[in-house]
Amino acid sequence: MRAVIAEDQALLRVGLTRILEASGFTVVDAVDNAPSLTRALASPDVDVAVVDVRMPPTYSTEGLVAAIEARRARPGFPVLVLSQYVEPLYARELLASGEGAVGYLLKDRVADVDGFVASVRQVAGGGTVLDPEVVAGLVAGAGRGQPLERLTPREREVLTLMAEGRSNAAIAARLFVTEKAIGKHTNAIFTKLDLPPASDDNRRVLAVLAWLDGA
Amino acid sequence: MTDWTVMWVRRIGSLRPTPVDEDGLVDRLRLTAVSLGYALAMAPALALAILSILCIPLGLVTVGFALAFAVVPATAALTAVHRRVSGALLGEELRAAYADTTGTNLFTRPARWVTDRVRWRDVGFLWFSATGGFVLSLLPVAMLTFPFSSLVQAIVFGGWVQWLLALLGGPVLVGWWCAAPALVRARALAERGILGHSRVEELEQRVTEVTESRAETLDHSAAEVRRIERDLHDGAQARIAAVGMNVGLAEKLLESDPAAAAELLREARESTITALEDLRSVVRGIHPPALADRGLAGGIEALALPLPLPVTVALDVPAGLPDPVESAAYFAVAECLANTAKHAAATRAWVTGAYADGVLRLVVGDDGRGGADPAGSGLSGVARRLAAFDGRLDVLSPAGGPTVVTMEVPCGR
Repeated sequence: MRAVIAEDQALLRVGLTRILEASGFTVVDAVDNAPSLTRALASPDVDVAVVDVRMPPTYSTEGLVAAIEARRARPGFPVLVLSQYVEPLYARELLASGEGAVGYLLKDRVADVDGFVASVRQVAGGGTVLDPEVVAGLVAGAGRGQPLERLTPREREVLTLMAEGRSNAAIAARLFVTEKAIGKHTNAIFTKLDLPPASDDNRRVLAVLAWLDGA
Repeated sequence: MTDWTVMWVRRIGSLRPTPVDEDGLVDRLRLTAVSLGYALAMAPALALAILSILCIPLGLVTVGFALAFAVVPATAALTAVHRRVSGALLGEELRAAYADTTGTNLFTRPARWVTDRVRWRDVGFLWFSATGGFVLSLLPVAMLTFPFSSLVQAIVFGGWVQWLLALLGGPVLVGWWCAAPALVRARALAERGILGHSRVEELEQRVTEVTESRAETLDHSAAEVRRIERDLHDGAQARIAAVGMNVGLAEKLLESDPAAAAELLREARESTITALEDLRSVVRGIHPPALADRGLAGGIEALALPLPLPVTVALDVPAGLPDPVESAAYFAVAECLANTAKHAAATRAWVTGAYADGVLRLVVGDDGRGGADPAGSGLSGVARRLAAFDGRLDVLSPAGGPTVVTMEVPCGR
């Protein structure tokens, strides 16, 4: 799988490159500014981009903007955005830039190498990955609404993990229960929140996020 | 100007007529004398008033210009005396806030005069002094002299009219006793109204200054906060994230490639050291440890030590100045010394400082090549920082040197 890395801090750029290469990716380009990123993303043989939000020249949200532009030019192009802070606002912009194939994670998560690599693969495969902090923020924001109070604590836990982009199998492993039990919880959540049943994992994530964001 | 006003003209004491004692009499005689002075000033005032008005039409020909160069300074000198006397009577300082004429030449200076509101007030004052002011100031003098002169006339000429007038002298003298302080005060107040840089103007100016300095301070602190955020983001945070990545990858490679894992761990350890260094330098930029531990004097000594040139530090600064002032002064000195080290090509530098009469005064100098630009970003930043405390920064740095930067910050203890 061919990846592009955009990160202006040399240490982190090298670290990311090493991690992806050690995990079977081919890093075709590792750039340190937004214009180079845009150029690198114009190449058709890139499968996924890992992008830092803040980069030269203005050190604001060039990475995010470049990622969203790339997805506009190439709908569904997988981008995983990394940042030292997570902003629910940026998450919303990313999610709005097309269905799936996006991720938004804190840089801290990279230290969990296997988890990080799994996230990159999930995004490359069209999935959605959101940092637990973003989800926590969304859940906290949605907590003011009534429907969330109808959920049991366990269901809320499952909802949070779903919103982070995890599959039933991953949630089951995380909570030490069977996949069947998780299936029951998700059904209950969808019923209680009045969400239409979703066929695949990604639609399910998006439905949950849309609900959280709108609540 | 000699200090005769201070010695001779006292602040107007009580306006009440009682007690009738020697002090009261001396006071009133003194005030009547001042009033006589005011009245006599009518002569030069009238002359200058007429000449001032003449300057305008005559300005069309060269004569007016020449006249202005005599009349305007003479008016300023006369009004300066009045400001001093009236100020002393009222117990406050009346300041002449003329428009700055530095940098003007023989031809442009009259234009500056004509557009200066304060100069026009001076002209207005001349007319007041020659008319209403004259009458007002003559009154106490007349009230004091009338009883005596009428008595003398009655004795000399002896007619019944003269005796009637002499009898009137008694009540007039009482009137003098009661009214003289108030009349002189009225004159002084009128002078303050015309000549004094009025209180409202002063307050307006102050509000403008404060508004400006507050905006600058806000700008400055916003920039500072942004700088700190950037320093953290690019420094410690990035390094710690890198440590995480390295350790994570090392964990993964531990079994398959122990040598690579060991190398990653070594890098990670080094990164933690630099991360700590970064954090320390950020902290130093916020609140320097030496300043926190040792106060301003110790902080500045610590600041001077690592510089590449010998710096003499002679500070007589008490402990217990407000923290924000100490911090601002510290960073101001730091900026000056950094400039010296970077640009001045100096062989030595010095920092002196003292705290007296509620003002912290610091001087940073060097024997370098001079030419420091007070409008440059570094020094103007220092000036802004000090302005937040009503402080000021003066830079004296002629080309060829030496450079002397003086900072003054009023502060309590």
